Amino acid sequence: MKKLVNNAEDVTVEQLKGFGLAHDEIDVHFDPNYVCVAAPVQDRVAVVSGGGSGHEPLHGGYVGLGMLDAACPGQVFTSPTPDQMFEAGKAVHGGRGILQIVKNYTGDVMNFQMAADMLRDEGIEVRNIIIDDDVALKDSLYTAGRRGLGTTVIAEKVCGAASLEGYDLDRLAALCKKVNIHGKSMGMALTSCTTPQNGTPSFELPEDEMEIGIGIHGEPGILRDKIRSADEVTEILTDRILDDEAYTRNLSEWDPAKGDWTDVEVTDITLQKGDEVIAIVNGMGGTPLSELYTVYAKLADLTARRGIRIVRSLVGNYITSLEMAGVSITLVKTDEEILRLYDAPVKTPALRWGM
Amino acid sequence: MTETLTTAVTAPMVRAWIERSAKVLADNRAYLTELDAPIGDSDHGNNMDRGFKAALEKLPEGDDIGAMLKSVAMSLISKVGGAAGPLYGTMFLDGAKPLAGKTSLSADELAQFFDDAVAGVMKRGRSDVEMKTMLDALAPAARAFREEAAKGSDIRAALKAAAEAARQGMEATIPMQAQRGRASYLGERSIGHQDPGATSSHLILQAFSDVVEEAAQ
Repeated sequence: MKKLVNNAEDVTVEQLKGFGLAHDEIDVHFDPNYVCVAAPVQDRVAVVSGGGSGHEPLHGGYVGLGMLDAACPGQVFTSPTPDQMFEAGKAVHGGRGILQIVKNYTGDVMNFQMAADMLRDEGIEVRNIIIDDDVALKDSLYTAGRRGLGTTVIAEKVCGAASLEGYDLDRLAALCKKVNIHGKSMGMALTSCTTPQNGTPSFELPEDEMEIGIGIHGEPGILRDKIRSADEVTEILTDRILDDEAYTRNLSEWDPAKGDWTDVEVTDITLQKGDEVIAIVNGMGGTPLSELYTVYAKLADLTARRGIRIVRSLVGNYITSLEMAGVSITLVKTDEEILRLYDAPVKTPALRWGM
Repeated sequence: MTETLTTAVTAPMVRAWIERSAKVLADNRAYLTELDAPIGDSDHGNNMDRGFKAALEKLPEGDDIGAMLKSVAMSLISKVGGAAGPLYGTMFLDGAKPLAGKTSLSADELAQFFDDAVAGVMKRGRSDVEMKTMLDALAPAARAFREEAAKGSDIRAALKAAAEAARQGMEATIPMQAQRGRASYLGERSIGHQDPGATSSHLILQAFSDVVEEAAQ
């Protein structure tokens, strides 16, 4: 293992220290660990997210005006614990409740639910909305379901803007759900990655092979194949996204009327000719920007041929797996509301425009 | 040796259970992580060891069993992380709820503790038996405890039956295809591996049976 670390046990704390020192508008708290906006949240819904470390800039890099109010980083590739979300939630609660945006990984879903239960005991209203946009996985009955990928970034951006516009908690939760069912992603890896704690790659990938349909924790994908050209790889990912059928599954949501968690059936949209989308060509951490733009060129060509128009795009590292080389593509179907909120000003370490 | 019935689990026995669990999980740290490597993310042993060390450190003084088990739950929730933290946390938290203020537990109360614990894990994990999870050890153990206790209220015998049921349940996870957690993404490739969560559950129940057995001798 060749990494810029001092002590493998301390990587999360050490990066948080640096993050706090580098960004004045963000406060960093330790034990429990969370980062939040320095300016108090007043009379609007607070938007909180979190997940394992190693996916930077997700989520801490998206804390700031017009996006997240707080983010809770776990150990590398490990869910944060409820005490983190509990303290972060109390710190940023602005009297109108909290929206927690949660990627669909078993640990994240449960830890955020426990945190929501603890916050509710303090009289704070909380909604958890799950992001599960990874089209590589077909089946939800016999697996933990689709994983949360790039749509998370768009959901955080759009919901942060909506909170500033004054959306109440119910409306904000409904918006977040809409972004999730409008979003589809798929990723691939050219190399594996190594967590500092383990010190060895999480899977072996020979020099001439690639792994298709990966998540973001160095877990193996759905198939392995000989490496192909950028255009061919882009086509595999894009076709799978564009051809993805309406996916129906049960997601756990808080039911305020029942006062309990309940399974709600959710069905995705399918992408149709004439749709307008936000596109992310996302690097997994170790991919040069030049390669990502090569992928983008083919993506633009493939979507245009299907009559789908990319109206906004992000090309770069937005949701990563440490030093893994590879790419994921995300398409989120927009409408007037999503696009207006996406275009609203944002000022975070990793995403900034309009101000 | 004359066989005497164990009709109550006392607070010192519960304390010994937590101490023994911490020791056994520390001893099996590498083993649990090894089981986790092919179907998870190679951290179950480390996480459980860290969690029970914290639980032991923060275990409150006194004889309130409910308070002790609740404290264990909170330590596990904040220190284990991943999926095991909320699941084991919920197991102790939901199991301990009716036990606040109690300084000893009857066989009936323990049976209820196990049933509540299993129900809590099922609900939190939206899971059931035969999905290759800790429930494959816990659920048969709870059932075996209740059945054995109903025969003559001997807690020692019932805990022994529970630990044995957990062991069999743990071994039964080997041919199963995972339907929950990170292992489920592997589909058929998860077959042939013993579930690390069912294994740690068996270790914890075996620890309970062992300390109560030793206390009776």
